[in-house]
Amino acid sequence: MAAFVARRLVLLVPILLGLSVLLFLWVRALPGGPVEALLGERATPEAVARVRGLYGLDRPWYEQYLDWIGGVLGGDLGVSSRTQRPVAEELARTFPATVELALTALVFAVGAGVPLGYLAARRHGTWLDHLTVTGSLFGITVPVFFLGYMLKFAFAEKLGLLPTDGRQDPLIDAEHPTGFYVLDGLLTQNMEAFGDALAHLVLPGIALGTIPLAIVVRITRASVLDVLHEDYVRTAEAKGLAPATIRGRHVLRNALLPVVTVVGLQAGLLLGGAVLTETVFAFPGFGKFVADSITARDYAVLQGFILFTAVVFVLVNLLVDVAYGLIDPRVRAA
Amino acid sequence: MIAGSALVMSAAACGGDDSGPEGGGTGTAKGSTLIFASSADPAILDPAFHSDGESSRVTNQIFETLVATEPGGTGVAPGLAESWKVSEDARTYTFTLRTGVRFHDGEPLNAAAVCANFDRWHNFTGLAQSDSVSYYWVTVFRGFAKNESDTLGESLYGGCEADGESTVVLKLTEPSAAVLSALTLSSFGIASPKALKDFKADEVSGTAESPQFTGTFGTQHPIGTGPFKFASWTRGDKLELVRNDDYWGEKAKLEKIIFRPIEKAADRAQALRAGSVHAFDYADPADLESLRSSGAQVLERAPFNMGYLGFSQKTEIMKNQKIRQAIAHAINRENVVKTKYGAGAKVAHAFMPDSLWSYSADFAKYDHNPAKAKQLIAESGVADPTLEFCYPSGVSRAYMVDPAGNFQLMKADLEAAGFKVVPKNSPWSPDYLNTTQAGDCPLYLLGWNGDFGDPDNFLGTFFQSYSSQWSFRNEAIFRTLSDAEKEPDQAEREQLYTKANGLIADFVPGVPYAQSPSFSAAAANVTGWVPSPVLNDSFATIELK
Amino acid sequence: MSLAQAEGAAVQEAPGGLGRDAWRRLRRDPVAIAGAALVVAFVAVALLAPWLAPYPPDKPVGQVTPTSIPGPSAEHWFGLDDLGRDEFSRVLWGARWSLVIGVVSLLLGLAGGTLLGLLAGAFGGWVDGAVMRLVDMMLSIPGLLFAIGVAAMLGAGLDAVMIAIAAVNVPVFARLLRGQMLAQSRSDYVLAATAVGVPRRWIVLGHVLPNSLTPVIVQGTLTLATAIVEAAGLAFLGLSGNDPSIPEWGRMLADTQRYLASAPLLAVFPGLAIVFAALGFTLLGESLREALDPKYRR
Repeated sequence: MAAFVARRLVLLVPILLGLSVLLFLWVRALPGGPVEALLGERATPEAVARVRGLYGLDRPWYEQYLDWIGGVLGGDLGVSSRTQRPVAEELARTFPATVELALTALVFAVGAGVPLGYLAARRHGTWLDHLTVTGSLFGITVPVFFLGYMLKFAFAEKLGLLPTDGRQDPLIDAEHPTGFYVLDGLLTQNMEAFGDALAHLVLPGIALGTIPLAIVVRITRASVLDVLHEDYVRTAEAKGLAPATIRGRHVLRNALLPVVTVVGLQAGLLLGGAVLTETVFAFPGFGKFVADSITARDYAVLQGFILFTAVVFVLVNLLVDVAYGLIDPRVRAA
Repeated sequence: MIAGSALVMSAAACGGDDSGPEGGGTGTAKGSTLIFASSADPAILDPAFHSDGESSRVTNQIFETLVATEPGGTGVAPGLAESWKVSEDARTYTFTLRTGVRFHDGEPLNAAAVCANFDRWHNFTGLAQSDSVSYYWVTVFRGFAKNESDTLGESLYGGCEADGESTVVLKLTEPSAAVLSALTLSSFGIASPKALKDFKADEVSGTAESPQFTGTFGTQHPIGTGPFKFASWTRGDKLELVRNDDYWGEKAKLEKIIFRPIEKAADRAQALRAGSVHAFDYADPADLESLRSSGAQVLERAPFNMGYLGFSQKTEIMKNQKIRQAIAHAINRENVVKTKYGAGAKVAHAFMPDSLWSYSADFAKYDHNPAKAKQLIAESGVADPTLEFCYPSGVSRAYMVDPAGNFQLMKADLEAAGFKVVPKNSPWSPDYLNTTQAGDCPLYLLGWNGDFGDPDNFLGTFFQSYSSQWSFRNEAIFRTLSDAEKEPDQAEREQLYTKANGLIADFVPGVPYAQSPSFSAAAANVTGWVPSPVLNDSFATIELK
Repeated sequence: MSLAQAEGAAVQEAPGGLGRDAWRRLRRDPVAIAGAALVVAFVAVALLAPWLAPYPPDKPVGQVTPTSIPGPSAEHWFGLDDLGRDEFSRVLWGARWSLVIGVVSLLLGLAGGTLLGLLAGAFGGWVDGAVMRLVDMMLSIPGLLFAIGVAAMLGAGLDAVMIAIAAVNVPVFARLLRGQMLAQSRSDYVLAATAVGVPRRWIVLGHVLPNSLTPVIVQGTLTLATAIVEAAGLAFLGLSGNDPSIPEWGRMLADTQRYLASAPLLAVFPGLAIVFAALGFTLLGESLREALDPKYRR
């Protein structure tokens, strides 16, 4: 197993290095190049010269790249031109919020999606099946921000059931040692803060989790259908095993393999979707920070955040592969 | 039958009201803490270094200026100075300070402390001199002790003398009648000299266009004399101020203010309707009805702004006066104002609000007249006139609530008059501001919210000297406005500004089209909020009932 | 046997097209019919918008104010928008723009993906390795962030939006096509053709590529759906064309969020239009996939 993980990790290195080169070149390809991205179009020639010297932009690009990547590996992602603070610091500040939100969305997607998909497959061809399939297709096609506004309008404003925006009611005196507000509530034994943080996650979690939910439903349904037709299930049935045992030991276990893979692939979708969802719910996370940086043309932030996202994405997928290997020993040999 | 059931229903509703808890919810449970939805995080809480409304909204509570604006108006009122005297030649200002005032760190506010602030501003070096850092000092006092850039002028500041504990004598190198009003700007808030030093307020690094404040004065230790003290700030989440119980004047009613950034006006309105914030600013006119019907109050800042369609005369076509006149006749200002602005908004004809002194309606006006516009185009000698028209995204101001909306209406108007329009969109900051300031947009949407009640703040800002934004030289206009700024006599100044308005209208450097109140909203239980037309609101009078 | 190989094997039975079998199944599938109906309606509206729309889409036809925006009436079926334009006409014209964005971004993405996939599949070896690493890199950035990056590079404009959406699809198509071609190359008829001395180039262009296209068609149909939704997302983030008077659904939806309290229908109409257009392509794509997938041929 360790060898498998090590081999996969080594394979990641060229991908991430290549990606860093691409991102480095990307900033250089922006309209007006890096100096203008930094200074704006109004920059005087002296300012341009000063900045070029300051950042060593008059040297060959590969030297500049080595400098930059050296900084990145040391945790230096540059400075946000919008907030004037180090990008790495902003990343550390906003990322916990997004992780909380993405996990909520994932829990919602898997928690509701697996049972729904399973039920739909067991009742294959019934109205329940059709309803689930049609509903999941709608789930895939609704623009996330549109859904978010509708949820907010109905549940927060009209019904007053849940908070409209943010992560925590500002009137609650809560301490945040970790930055994960739900966890912080538990750690500081502040149940009011804990409940409030959870309540703030519900609507954005549902909005962000809808597409993954639809995908999980469809995959679960399809793979349960597949497994139900497999020989070993038929054999088990023929042997007269109890239906509950068949469902638990054979069907679900085998059907969940593709679901695990798909959940891993959702990491990227969730991080992308967070940009829209967090903007709708004024949720002060990573995604909202990216959205704000787009309009401000804050390229250092975009560059740093995209690189970081890619690293998270490939690592999550590695984890998924490892999990997959634990469930299915054949993969390790491959 | 129908009447009967209505009666029963209303009776039932009354019963419900009686038994239920009256006015519960989060607001009252926590005592007097006001949650205010701001539109963004402040840039920095050091008054000398900010030029954005969200920063000054906060520093207005923490710091005080020598002279203040009257609550709800634009006139000059006593601030830290109880009284003041301006010399005949408008070159010496003498202020008499209040006694017994202390900064939040316990240091006394005296004449020496005030002069220390002026000397600090005057002696900024390096990046602190750049326009983006000390914008208002540069705007009002033009330059520094040692100018490090050619674009800066000779400093208007001639020194500050502490005459005893409570007399401050401010000297100018040239007469200026506008300085007194300008000193009401929150950027001239007086800070504790000890705190400025202890928390390294003047340390600025990075680049001029993207400065970084390395000291902690402006982020963690802003210390002034105001009715509220800084408590904490988590960027993107909340900023807290607490009452200054040692305040020299009437103490603030609220114990605490929490500022929460919510960027979009519609989201702020929704948060207020849902009860998660108590008040917010920059309400979208589209939301006013729904706010009122949910029981919220809508407050209005008197219009002290104007939106205009600007021209840059860098290109040949815009140098053509007939074309500029044709555009002025093509735009249907009434329709733009009616469609996109709230009640109380008016069509603007001059580059200053009609409420400001020296305004007189006595100058050329351009009515909506497509036929006239077509005729002017024909006379201009330009065949197939094509206009590149820039508009910003990611911004909403009282004078320009929906820039894309204004743009589309004007585009339709211009096309109806026979112009071809090439649209160009860019994000407000930094791109749009940069390109328009550089004069690279032949046609653009901008506006101005007045900082203080002097015509110099409008006309002088735009047209007192050559700027690349407008890219024209018109010595008659330049000279009239310079004379008006220096003139100590009020009646003479009025005449000069009236004359300037006439010259500007004839020259058509752009088309002013709207002046609008700006709207704020507050929950029903908020009282005592007096919105200031120059955004100098004091939160000290606000109460939660 | 991997999924790609399975699909390859299936296509092999009916080289050169969808196959009569698949077509028969499609015609009997109510989901496919619903999807096709939506798609046909969408395309028809897109093509006929100038004749169907009762008013010009970019000119005010009535006076509105921020607090009084008339809702649906006999004269204006969907009411007026925030500038006094006929909302129904704008939604109809919007179909045209959505179709343009969808088709252009699909074709661009397909072209890029085909180029990369063809390079990798046809040459193999180190070219294959390099191309696939590039594809992995592109796939490791979440689609929306990738599109944002590309759009930022190109500046404002609908063309930038289309290229950005296309760029997201390039690696998807590249990987799909390469997998297909790999499976095809190992198939019996290619081995046979190679054995009898048919030139390699001819095999690739004449057999392998056409036979690899079926799953690409399926993916393409689904891509049209996501393109429409992605364009809306980019518009919401402020990345859309220079000219806001162009009636594009994503932009209309994004721009009218501010009227959600006072005139919610202004967001609902373009929102539903997006949902139904995307749903049409999704239904059609899914049923195509099922019709072509041998696993469903029981």
